[in-house]
Amino acid sequence: MNTNDYLAANFRDIHGFEDFYTQSRREFFKRAGGGILIFVALNDLLFGQEEAGRPRGGRPGLPSDFNAFLRIGEDGRVTCLTGKIEMGQGPITSLPQMLAEELETPLDTVDIIMGDTDLCPWDMGTFGSMTTRMFGPALRAAAAEAKVVLLELAADSLKVPQTQLVAKDGIIFDQKNQKNRVTYGQLAKGQKIERHLQAKPALKDPTQFKIAGKPHTRRDAEVKVTGKAHYAADIRVPGMLYARILRPPAHGAKLKNVDTAPARQIAGVQVVQDGDLVAVLHELPDVAETALRKIKAEFDVPEATVDDKNIFDHLLSVAPEPNILKQGGDLDEGKKLAAKKFESTYLNSYVAHSAMETHAALAQIEGDKATVWASTQNPFGARDQIAQAIGFPAEKVRVITPFVGGGFGGKTNNAEAVEAARLAKAAGKPVQVMWTREEEFFYDTFRPAAVVKINSGVDGSGKMAFWDYDVFFAGDRGAQQFYIVPNHRTAAHGGGWGGTRGSHPFATGAWRAPGNNTNTFARESHIDIMAAGAGIDPVEFRLNNLSDARMARVLKSAADHFGWTPAKAPSKRGYGVACGIDAGTYVAAIAEVVVDAAKGTVQVKRVVCAQDMGVVINPEGATIQMEGCITMGLGYALTEEVHFKCGRVLDTNYDTYEIPRFSWVPKIETVLIENNETAPQGGGEPAIILMGALIANAIHDATGARMFQLPMTPDRVKTALQKV
Amino acid sequence: MLWTTNSQASSTNSVLEPEDSMTNTISFKLNDKPVRLKVDGDRPLLWVLRTDLGLTGTKYGCGEGHCGSCTVLLNQRATRSCLLKIKDVMDKEVVTIEGLAKDGKLHPLQKAFMEHDGLQCGYCTPGMILTAVSLLKFNPQPTEQQINKGMEQNFCRCGAQVRIVQAIQAAAAEMKGAR
Repeated sequence: MNTNDYLAANFRDIHGFEDFYTQSRREFFKRAGGGILIFVALNDLLFGQEEAGRPRGGRPGLPSDFNAFLRIGEDGRVTCLTGKIEMGQGPITSLPQMLAEELETPLDTVDIIMGDTDLCPWDMGTFGSMTTRMFGPALRAAAAEAKVVLLELAADSLKVPQTQLVAKDGIIFDQKNQKNRVTYGQLAKGQKIERHLQAKPALKDPTQFKIAGKPHTRRDAEVKVTGKAHYAADIRVPGMLYARILRPPAHGAKLKNVDTAPARQIAGVQVVQDGDLVAVLHELPDVAETALRKIKAEFDVPEATVDDKNIFDHLLSVAPEPNILKQGGDLDEGKKLAAKKFESTYLNSYVAHSAMETHAALAQIEGDKATVWASTQNPFGARDQIAQAIGFPAEKVRVITPFVGGGFGGKTNNAEAVEAARLAKAAGKPVQVMWTREEEFFYDTFRPAAVVKINSGVDGSGKMAFWDYDVFFAGDRGAQQFYIVPNHRTAAHGGGWGGTRGSHPFATGAWRAPGNNTNTFARESHIDIMAAGAGIDPVEFRLNNLSDARMARVLKSAADHFGWTPAKAPSKRGYGVACGIDAGTYVAAIAEVVVDAAKGTVQVKRVVCAQDMGVVINPEGATIQMEGCITMGLGYALTEEVHFKCGRVLDTNYDTYEIPRFSWVPKIETVLIENNETAPQGGGEPAIILMGALIANAIHDATGARMFQLPMTPDRVKTALQKV
Repeated sequence: MLWTTNSQASSTNSVLEPEDSMTNTISFKLNDKPVRLKVDGDRPLLWVLRTDLGLTGTKYGCGEGHCGSCTVLLNQRATRSCLLKIKDVMDKEVVTIEGLAKDGKLHPLQKAFMEHDGLQCGYCTPGMILTAVSLLKFNPQPTEQQINKGMEQNFCRCGAQVRIVQAIQAAAAEMKGAR
């Protein structure tokens, strides 16, 4: 099979899409023909962190002991197959870059197939900034191994010892006689080689990078600027119907009775009722919507008293016992040492993912096989959920992931894909489910509301004497203290993002750098409070209390680039600083803000952000992710908050739930610190963790007002100003 | 449906004439070609484009005109297709993202969005580009502040705003005031 078709099939042309996806996996391998296939298992290579504690979802009919494979075809084209997905973060470009680099082949000879559960090896999902740091090494290893195979074949073919051969630009030649050469395609011809990576092959030194480490235009840019890029709701198959689903008015509500007769009077409407799932189906989505409005339904709505005001008291009252993450020294001893003590409580509201693409899926059932195109961050998880819901074996469900229109952790629940599959099964026709924005705000797995309580103290010389930290419902990511403090205790009440039974009034889940936004807001606000209390410049205070050279370098770099001059806060300049660690990456930022005291509004004028993410695979991509984090982070810092009362989500659209806009965006300057001693670390999330504390600290520096709750809305800013 | 803009239109969507609603004949110009449709005139342009005409480059984002994902050009002006009834485009000129490139040549804004990475997930991109086309049409040399103002009602959740502004500035310079 000409691998050019893969790209066409996946993303570029809908006809190619249809043709391609009617093939079975067996057919795929038959048509794949000869060539060299390399399989890699992450576990073998100690990259298994990604799967820790998770059962392996075997790919039916194929060995389950590998996570990646690549193929070198007889035409010299290289295909990478991966369960990772493209949702804007750029692996469609960065993964081929890594592969091309190790394999010594031009970037434009590399194709990539992503997120197709019938074709790609099993993958846990695309989240946690893991694609580059966890999956990347495996892919590079596969490419390096492929090069070894090619060199072995070339030695035979050219009758030259391997040590005398050089691989470059998809060609292997004899360095003593450069005319004695053979292309990768020629070497792959007639071959049927399968190689399972046994040992970790030697990878290139990053200083030798020619393709990786250099900026490249996104490979998906052209299809995205011409409207040809297909997302789940853009897929069309013959005979498909669009669904609109009856929804309860509040979380926990149960359907009491329903009259669907008025909807059925509209021509072409098909009503499906499968337990609590009631939907109208029609050839046109807007007619389905009209029909849905005609359905009369009554729900039993449970009594609920929790709302967005009393939620924090509620969370503290139901909080589980603490899990001590780290402790050392003696807190009582620390309290004696402390010249000044500080006690604060920090609050975070529920925040929505709010990707511009709402959750969407199209399900088609043909015979005993279901195919579902879904906007998902974890196609294999979706496959298993769908299989369970419709009673199919997993190998009879195929999930295909087209481009995903933003995820941020919010596209891992796959409820819309399950709904589409259930409806397709019930209706006997392909069914598309695309959530409205209102459904999106109702069924999102929100970033959990959380509380952090910190007690701390500083000695007479400006050193931290003790640190006692309790986080409720945000989990441990980012809770670990990296400043030096001799007497300390860090504890998490309620580990993950899902909360515990009876804690959250609706679903919660991972949100870009889950937990860390909350923990970093609390820690870096509190560090600033201590610096101000000790009368020390906030950058100097941090450096005085840091022994971690990597963090100190990142902070100094941000300060230097900003042009920081020491002053104790509040200096009236409106400067704020914050540091943090996420996904193995160190970040520090300095911001300048202007506060309108009368209106309570905050305009961020400038943000300088320095980041040490180890080896940088795609500097342009990394910079863009930093800018994206800073811009998106303005929202949870300043406006984003889910309003709710008694199980009802009061925000139904963007009129009340405000996400960042063009005029909010500050001048953003980014610094990528060269660190080739550390393997590539996460890039999609780290910078966003700083934004709460960064702006809170800058507001304090501007006005003397201290913000203890996110988002820092005009009302909250005005209230804080009254206390100055 | 008498005509579609490209071969991607699905064969699934025949002209639908619900018995209980008004069927109107709507003629307009779509991406430089005349179109005549027999449809309920009250249907939103967004869904007629995406289903009847198979033009899926125009995206649903909020359905209430807040976010700009569904932006098209109506007589050269950026307009929210989710709020626009199909009968209101009668005899007018509609351009969607699929119709922006001319003779296989990308519009300068499309090129600039590619070159300046004015996109990430790409979902808001068609609406962003068409809003920018409209902005430059009526203000060929906008200041940064005017660009922000003009783009303010188009949302990008990935945070590509910085690059989008750079792309618009680059395209404006390249177009040198040509509209």
